[in-house]
Formats: sequence, structure tokens, C-alpha cells
Amino acid sequence: MTAASLAVQFLNGLANASTLFLLACGLSLIFGVTRIVNFAHGSLYMLGAYVAWSLTQHLSGGVGFWASMFGAAVAVAALGALIESALLRRLYRSPELLQLLATFALTLIIRDAVLYIWGPEDLLGPRAPGLAGSINILGRAFPQYDVVLIVVGPLVLLALHVLLTRTRWGAMVRAATQDRDMAAAVGVNQAILFTSVFALGSGLAGLAGALQLPREPASASLDLFAIGDAFVVVVVGGMGSIPGAFVAALIIAEIKALCIALGSVDLPLLGTVAFPKFTLVAEFIVMAVVLIVRPWGLFGQPQSIQRALNPAEPPSHAAPRWFYWLAGALCFALAVAPLALGETSYALVLAIDIFIAILFAASLYSLVGPGGMHSFGHAAYFGLGAYAAALLLKSAGAPMPVALALSPLGGALGALLFGWFCVRLSGVYFAMLTLAFSQIVWSIAYQWDAVTGGSNGLIGVWPSQWLASHTAYYWLSLALCVAGLVFLRIIHLSPFGAALRAARDNPLRAEAIGIDRRSVQWRAFTIAGAVGGLAGGLFAFSKGSISPETLSVSRSIDGLVMVLFGGVESALGPIVGAAGFVALQDTIARHVDYWRAMLGFFMLALTLLFPGGLAGVWRRRS
Amino acid sequence: MTEPLLHVRDLTARYGAAQILFGISFDLNAGEAVALMGRNGAGKSTTMKAILGLIDARAGVVVFRGEHISRWPTYKIARAGLAYAPEDRRIFADLTVRENLDIAALPARPGREPWTHERIFALFPNLREAQDRSAARMSGGEQQMLTVARALMGNPYALLLDEPSEGVAPIVVEAMAETVLKLKGEGVAILLSEQNLPFAARVCDRAYVLEKGEIRFSGAMDALMRDEAARRAWLEV
Ligand SMILES: Nc1ncnc2c1ncn2[C@@H]1O[C@H](COP(=O)(O)OP(=O)(O)O)[C@@H](O)[C@H]1O
Ligand SMILES: [Mg+2]
Repeated sequence: MTAASLAVQFLNGLANASTLFLLACGLSLIFGVTRIVNFAHGSLYMLGAYVAWSLTQHLSGGVGFWASMFGAAVAVAALGALIESALLRRLYRSPELLQLLATFALTLIIRDAVLYIWGPEDLLGPRAPGLAGSINILGRAFPQYDVVLIVVGPLVLLALHVLLTRTRWGAMVRAATQDRDMAAAVGVNQAILFTSVFALGSGLAGLAGALQLPREPASASLDLFAIGDAFVVVVVGGMGSIPGAFVAALIIAEIKALCIALGSVDLPLLGTVAFPKFTLVAEFIVMAVVLIVRPWGLFGQPQSIQRALNPAEPPSHAAPRWFYWLAGALCFALAVAPLALGETSYALVLAIDIFIAILFAASLYSLVGPGGMHSFGHAAYFGLGAYAAALLLKSAGAPMPVALALSPLGGALGALLFGWFCVRLSGVYFAMLTLAFSQIVWSIAYQWDAVTGGSNGLIGVWPSQWLASHTAYYWLSLALCVAGLVFLRIIHLSPFGAALRAARDNPLRAEAIGIDRRSVQWRAFTIAGAVGGLAGGLFAFSKGSISPETLSVSRSIDGLVMVLFGGVESALGPIVGAAGFVALQDTIARHVDYWRAMLGFFMLALTLLFPGGLAGVWRRRS
Repeated sequence: MTEPLLHVRDLTARYGAAQILFGISFDLNAGEAVALMGRNGAGKSTTMKAILGLIDARAGVVVFRGEHISRWPTYKIARAGLAYAPEDRRIFADLTVRENLDIAALPARPGREPWTHERIFALFPNLREAQDRSAARMSGGEQQMLTVARALMGNPYALLLDEPSEGVAPIVVEAMAETVLKLKGEGVAILLSEQNLPFAARVCDRAYVLEKGEIRFSGAMDALMRDEAARRAWLEV
């Protein structure tokens, strides 16, 4: 490492920090005022890049280029205003989980819209006219365009500061951030204020995406990268704090830059360490340290634990006897079904998918339902189980049954680590953190070619000979699925399950009667991770290969949709929901190109038709 | 007889599953100060919040200056000229004193002298020096004054004033009484929620007494002062 490379990387870090700040400050601003975490914020960033690309195709020259950047920001701001006034406005008083799902539904729709309009190819943008060259930093080349970016971040910070502290609009925003109702009581029209805040925040995301275009091609996977990064920044900086977002963006971008500048270093004892590989881990460590020291972020306000207004749900009872007979009969029927269907039946393959989905959904349900923890990253533990099984088989040479038996350990260990941090937060913070962790796991799986096979994943993950037939694997999946469900049910009915529900319904009272809320939730998180990991292990051997897609955020969301389909009120919910979801996906996704967008519209329809929520669980307002 | 300025009939409200108000009815006439009395938890603050639309689960008739406002959004009620000074003050702590005032400013009402900074500072001299200070750094009494001052910036016809005497020094209570009398003189109608009977008696002409979300007494302030049984039953602790 030379002084020159350090200097260049430092500047590069500043440029990245600008983009990160533009992206995150909008999210933070919107949350501060509306209390909605907009999962579609990353999608707006992505749209900014695509719209800017289209505009640059028509507008040329220096003026054209900057007009394109600005135009993209304005277009995305307008879309943000539309989203707020047509959709989110109806959800301000809805349960938190519903708000999160509605904005997530938007990401599905926007992703498919992007694919439809711009196609699946990455689109490389033009260089900024007049700024295509580079400047000399200690003999090293540094792109001129990045210098502009370095300036843009602080300029936007300054502009936002002036806007928020020197204008009446800004005073209204600050007042509404602090006390919405009182602001209304002095005559502030929230509808207009919220729409304008949403437009501004969206426009900043759009601007961030547009400005990134000359450095990085527009691609349809930018949305989740962006939202993961934005979540990390606002969690570190403090939700709702603009200076916090700036400082956090700076810290994270500079630490990543430092990792790259260090390059491969020979260290005593450790041998050669390739620091550039640690950029993600570094991000994780920063977030971890901040969450330990200041769980509400560097510049944030401590959250207050809300008082539960609604009566707790009636205690869970073991089901009546006839129910067990019925369940037993169903299992028996399912067990003998292959004999009637025959080895080559497609129904067996579909059924295996369903069993795996049920196990996954049930493990997520144990968090969302009795735990009241809205995880948006549960696929991470599914994926860790899958990767653990595959790696044990391929790299450690373990026999397949051993690899499968150890797959829950993969999920559990991941959940043990991440859960420790997650249970320190609640509500939307919990949701954001789980999503951010799952993005980190995803990125590691994607980037660590040597171990995980990178984007290709691992292939040849086949079950042992005696389990290789569809019928045998069907039985295995059925048996493990039932075992997992019984296990979760036993836990749910145990004193531990009661403590978990108490911690959910009334955290303060639970602590007053001696329940260690965090410890109980942490254990529940780990258990859910273990069962999710088992589902992942089963999945790996059923497909024969795994890829980073196994632990993608969309799988996490699929799980949530399954749980919500079935109803969060009942432990049968995830079973019904998962079976219905997989069957539906199997029939619809085959015939429809834009199945994700359809799913998104369906989710939006549900949230708009039942803004108070589905079934009784939604009574538990956040 | 002229229409009352604020006319409330059968107002009910609930928080979640708990019903708090069970059909409140009362009137506030232009230019008068009326006390809404009752022990802690009787429902005085809830009545004000329900009128202002700050509670979703509410029902009943609320007519303000001839308009049915019971389904209106809060901001529109405020703009119609109904101001609110809450008991927990709820000043905007992140804003300066001046910003707190400016954010609440609404256009002048025809035929009434508008509230300017000058008039506000004449009424609350303490606020004049504190203008550029952060509202968070003011004493309890000053915050109470700011709450009232902020409400006045909306040029209201009526002010819902929730327990201004609570938790402030006697000297501030005294100043507050003077202020309320002055405002009444300026033609601002006042609904005063109070537990402090001497204070209420000093500034109000009529009184309603609430208990457990129902009106138990309504009549002239003097009548309440004379009715020891009523006071013992619903007011004294
Ligand atoms: N936010 C709230 N949630 C639930 N109950 C509330 C809330 N605010 C007040 N209450 C209840 O409503 C009742 C009336 O309260 P309030 O109107 O504040 O009484 P007062 O102003 O007369 O002291 C009390 O029993 C109180 O516990
Ligand atoms: Mg009160």
C-alpha cells in the first residue's frame, strides 16, 4: 500500500459516501415524518438510474447530461408523490407489518416494470461530458466525475440543512417529525406535507441513482443492493437524522475504501490477508459496534417501548383430540400417496416443494406470530442451512444424511449471531436490520467464489442413493416437515412459548414479571433459524444445486406472504399459506412473465382492501 | 338567542377497547370562558382531543361556527379557528420559540385584530427575550406561556386550554389567570379544563363537571362554588 493508493481510495470513499448519503437521507427524512420505512426506496434509486439512462439517450452535451440527471430526480420525485398520495396515505394508521409489505410490494412491481420497459440487460450510461478524464493524485489517476460527486454530498447536506432550518416548510417538517398530531392542531396540513416530504426523499434517491450511472451500469438488481446499503446507513446514523446519515455514509464508505486500499497484506500468524474481501464484513462490524454502543444509532433518538393497547390474545391451548386424529389421518394419506401416484408423478415434486415451503413458513411464523418479530430476512437462515449442507457434502466430504442433519446448525449459528443484534431493536428497526443482515449474507455467498461458488453457486448436491428417488425424498421431506411442525408446536405450548408471547404483547409487564425479553426473543430467533436451516438443507438436496438466490430477500418476502396468506392468528396459517402459495406460484408463474409484479399487485390489493389488517392479528397495531 | 360558538352533543370516544367518554354535551358561547372540571382521569383532556379530531374512535355532534366539524381532519378544524393548548404543552422542542409561533400562524379573521408577534410579546414579555432560543430550553412556566401564545397565532375564535395551572409555580398560575381574563376581554372564547377550583372560579362564568366520561353538573360557576355536595362528590380528592 502506498500513500498514493491510500489517497485515491480515500477520495473514492468520499465519492461513494456521497451516493450513499443521497440514497439514505431520503429514506431517513421520509421515515422521520411519516414513520414509514419505505422498502421501495432502493427501487426509486434504481429507477433514477434507468430514467437518467433514457434521458441521456435523447439529450446530449454537457447541458443535456445534467438535465438528464436532474430530470431523472424530478421524475422519481413525481412518482414518489404519486405513491404517497395514492397508496401510503391510506396506510398511515395500519399495522407496521402491513406498511412494510405494501412498500415491499412496490419493489416487486417496480422491478418487473423496469424489466418490461428497459429489458434485462445492464445499461451502461455515458460519461459526463467534459468530466470524462481524470486528475492526477500523487501520480495516480482519479476520475474527474468523482470529484463532482464528492462535492455533491456535502452540498445536498447543506441544502437540506438550510431547507429544514431556514424555511417555514422545514419548520413544519421538524414539527411534524416530533409531534404529528400537535402539528395538525396548529393547522399544518399533513397530507400536503407528507406528499412533499415523500417527493423530496424519493427525488434524492432518484438523483443518487442517476448520478451513479456514469460509474455503474443500470441493472435490475440495484434495488435490493441499494435498500440494504441504505438500511445499514440509517441504522448506523440514526433513523430520521440527516447529519447521522451523512456521518454514517462517510464512515462506512471510508472503511470500505480502506479495506480496498490495504489490498493483500502479509500479516504475522495469519499469512496473506486479502482485505478487499472484507468490505462487507467491515460494514457488518461497523453496524454491530454501533448497535452495541448506541442501539438507536449515532445521531438517533432512543425508541420508547410502546404500551400494548389491545388485550392479549387468549392463551394457546393444545388442540382438541379430534384434531390430532385428523392430522394423523392426513399424514397417513400423504404418506401413502406416492404409492398411488407413482414415482414419475409431477405431484411428488410439487409436494416436496410444498413441504419445504411449509417448514420454512412455519419457522418464520414462529417469529412473526408468537414472537411478534417481523423478520424481513429469514431466507438468510434458510440459505445458511442450504449452504451448510452443500458445503459439508462437497467440501468436507460428509455423507449426505449427516450433511442434512447438520443443516439446522447452519441456520442456528447464523441466527445466533445476527439475532443477538436484532433483538436489541424492535418494530421497523428490527425489520430493517434483519433485511440488512440477509443482504450481507447474500453478498458473502455471492462474492466468496472460492467457498460458495459465487454467483454460480454449488452444484452436484444430490442425496444419497437410497434417498434419490422422488418417492424416497418425498417421504423424507414429509417426515422432516411434520417433525419440524411438531417441534415448533411443542415449543409454542411450552412455558417458553408463553414467555415469548408475553414479551410480544407487553414488553414492560413481561420484564416486570421477570422475563428476560431479549434472551427469550434471541432463543426464539435461533430456534426459527434452525428450523429454517433444516428447510434449506432439504431444499438443497431436492434441487441438486444452490445459488445465492437461495437466500435472496425475495424468498424472505415469499415466506412473509405465505404466513400472512394463512393468517398470523393460527399455527395452521403457515401450512395453508405455504401450500397455497407454492401451488399458485407453480400454476401462475409458468404462464405469466411478470409473476412477481402480479404478486406485488395482489399484496397491494390486500393491504388496501384490509387497511386494518387481515384476521384478528392485525388488531395488534404497531 | 344566538347560536353557540361551539356546540357539542353526545360526544363519545374510546381508546382501543376502553370507552372513555359516554355522551358529553355542552356549549361554549362567543366571548365567554367556561370551565370543564373533574378529577384526574375524568375525561377532560379526552373531550378536547375528541373535539379536535385527535382521536379516531369518536362519535357525536360537534358544531363550530355553524359547521359540522366532527368528521373534519384536525388541521382543518384548527384553520377554522379552534385552537388548542394541551396539558402536556407539546411545544415543538426542536424549534426555536419564534419558529413555534410562526408555524402556527394563520391568516387574520375578518373584523378581528390579528395576533402579531408584538401583541403576543406584550402579553407574554418573557417570550420576547427567548425568541431565538430553542423551545426545549425554556422553563415549565415559559413553555406553558408559549403553548398559549402558539395557539393565539392561529387567530382563534375559541381556545381549548387544558390545565394551564398544572405543574407551574403559583406566580405563573396568577399570570395565567390574568392572561385568560385578557383574552376573554379580546373576544376569544375559552374552554378551560381545570382541577384547580379557585383558578377556574376566578376566570370562568360557567362550569361543567365531568366524572367517568359523563357530565354530572352544569351551571353557573357561582352555583358550583355554593354546591358543596357537588364539589365533594366530583372534584375534591
Ligand atoms: N392514550 C391513552 N390510551 C388509553 N387510555 C387513555 C389514554 N389517554 C387517557 N386515557 C384514559 O382515559 C381516561 C381519561 O383521561 P383524560 O381525558 O386524560 O382525563 P383528564 O384529562 O380528565 O385527567 C383515563 O382513564 C385515562 O387513563
Ligand atoms: Mg387531562
